[in-house]
Amino acid sequence: MDYFLTEEQRMIKETARELAVEKIVPKRAELDEKNEFAGELLRDIAKADLFAVLVPEEYGGMGSGAFDIVLALEELARGCVGVATSFAACGLGILPILISGSEELKQKYLPSVAEGKYWAAFGLTEANAGSDAAGIHTTAVEDGDYWVLNGTKQWITNGGEAHIYSVIALTNPEKGIRGASMFVVEDGDPGFSYGKKEDKMGIRASATRELVMRDCRIPKDRLIGRKGTGFITVMKTLDVSRPGIASLAVGLAQAALDEAASYAKQRVQFGKPIIGFQAVQHILADMAIQTEAARGLVYGAARHIDAHPEDASKVSSMCKVFATDTAMKVTTDAVQVMGGYGYMKEYPVEKMMRDAKILQIYEGTNQIQRNVIGQELNREYA
Amino acid sequence: MKIIVCIKQVPDAKDVRLDPKTNTLAREGVAAIMNPFDRHALEEAVRLKEQLGGTVTALSMGPPQAKDVLLEAISCGADEGVLVSDRAFAGADTWATSYTLAKAVQTLGAFDLILCGKQAIDGDTAQVGPGMATQLKLPYITCVQKTREAAEDYLRVERMMDDGYDVVQLPLPALLTVVKDINEPRVPSLKGKMRAKKAEIRVLSAADIGAEPQCIGLAGSPTKVARVFSPEPRGNRRMFSGTAAEQVAQLVEEIRGYL
Ligand SMILES: Cc1cc2nc3c(=O)[nH]c(=O)nc-3n(C[C@H](O)[C@H](O)[C@H](O)COP(=O)(O)OP(=O)(O)OC[C@H]3O[C@@H](n4cnc5c(N)ncnc54)[C@H](O)[C@@H]3O)c2cc1C
Repeated sequence: MDYFLTEEQRMIKETARELAVEKIVPKRAELDEKNEFAGELLRDIAKADLFAVLVPEEYGGMGSGAFDIVLALEELARGCVGVATSFAACGLGILPILISGSEELKQKYLPSVAEGKYWAAFGLTEANAGSDAAGIHTTAVEDGDYWVLNGTKQWITNGGEAHIYSVIALTNPEKGIRGASMFVVEDGDPGFSYGKKEDKMGIRASATRELVMRDCRIPKDRLIGRKGTGFITVMKTLDVSRPGIASLAVGLAQAALDEAASYAKQRVQFGKPIIGFQAVQHILADMAIQTEAARGLVYGAARHIDAHPEDASKVSSMCKVFATDTAMKVTTDAVQVMGGYGYMKEYPVEKMMRDAKILQIYEGTNQIQRNVIGQELNREYA
Repeated sequence: MKIIVCIKQVPDAKDVRLDPKTNTLAREGVAAIMNPFDRHALEEAVRLKEQLGGTVTALSMGPPQAKDVLLEAISCGADEGVLVSDRAFAGADTWATSYTLAKAVQTLGAFDLILCGKQAIDGDTAQVGPGMATQLKLPYITCVQKTREAAEDYLRVERMMDDGYDVVQLPLPALLTVVKDINEPRVPSLKGKMRAKKAEIRVLSAADIGAEPQCIGLAGSPTKVARVFSPEPRGNRRMFSGTAAEQVAQLVEEIRGYL
């Protein structure tokens, strides 16, 4: 379908597509099997200038918002969601700086991210604070010209691999999450280390790890925005980033459809290619309908958010839920179309089905997204 | 360092077949691509530029549509593209092509290094690189698999051999032809694509490069192709099965039968 992309947007998509075909697809099965972080591929993504899409022009990038990022992520995810997740988390990690950071912080970090020299990560989740972000225990205390952080973040994408981490901590614990603030923690800061590395069902080319802060001392100016605004920054960040996750889902669903349809054309049973059976055609037709519908919603939502950032929440949640539920269904159906072969690791849809599951969970589970949409409707129809 | 990379546009090997009637390459509907070896030459040139500074010029001889591979070269890191194109070049063999490219190089002015792919996948001769170096009286190394050391006035490289490799140091200016092991080429970058979008490819004619008419095209080509044909498939083929040891045993038996 023609989405009337500008020439520049087409170039972004094409660059990501070529990179996925030439570099990511040949390596994805091995990275998955070895549970190996795709560092080399992130460097390839940097060489192709795609990190520049994450950063606006005034800070050395070429990006003009959520929609450009969506286009790049979709094509990278068509190659491998694990690799694309690592790249997406770099974008997520710098959003708090972009949204609330001082000019100094932006100048300090963003040009290096635009070049792909610095990778980023986002640290919110803790053992007792998943969907309920208000349950965080990490604290930050002022000490002269420093902040001293204590606590452990869990399941942080790019943990141990990124150079900069946007982390939320309580600066006024009595006020709970309303007394939280965001900070930039750098790899190598005193008192900052990495803990448990996870062994996951899918997206195994991405690193998921604990961040451990024990009397971690960072300079005063690493505070992102004003004291006490951490939670607002987190919410605004996720509003803008969720279409990115949704676009990973669209790319993944498209890849599964591509695999299933071309397999169905060449697999012969009962004397004809199975794509000739109407039952198979209908599965493929539904996969195609759902994938295109998801793409339309994600593109629309991303464009809406770029134009109206103050009104992002609901559309952002809607596209995340719809696209990721679609990816789960479409990848499952792709395995079904391919039968026993689809279930085997020799074929890529087995991995795609495993990779799909996380999309319904991270950056806010799909139940939480529905809560957001429901609350919003409750307000609208007051 | 000023580097020139020679790049040929070739039919995609995946689609190549001979027209059974004329026994010439059936080019219709076949995608044209950058000669795969030349991608590696280009990548090595761009890496040397990143390491030592300088410029990379992509040079091609071919029909006007060969501009496409030069634009692709720019999107992969070349600074400019030069196409030598003239009806008078038609029918050139490797001798006339080497002469023409050498004349073009001389027209472009001073340089430090020329990089070529080992061979083009359509002609498969591997002669144009050495031919150019000879015309230009340059030292050259073929089948380079690794650049060990690069400086402003010399290179130390590994030349692939059947049973290992040679380490060779040569002064610049020089010419190298490269094999695929030398690097893993990058894909076109976003900024590269944008530069290619705006780039103007310089086109040089036979007159522009001061080529002697009797040295170019069909007239300048001592090679005459007598006949091209697809060999008839012949002989019996049999596949052995079993473990490797069993297959070898069967093969040995088979050979004994002929002794
Ligand atoms: C691979 C991976 C990478 C991750 N990367 C990051 C990262 O980079 N940075 C980061 O900060 N976090 C990251 N996370 C954490 C992720 O965002 C959380 O896992 C997610 O928000 C859900 O939290 P939870 O897992 O604790 O589930 P829980 O909150 O315990 O939820 C369990 C179940 O209960 C449901 N539930 C909970 N509360 C409600 C409610 N109020 N209404 C309805 N249903 C509810 C949930 O939908 C879910 O089905 C990552 C997680 C994984 C697995």
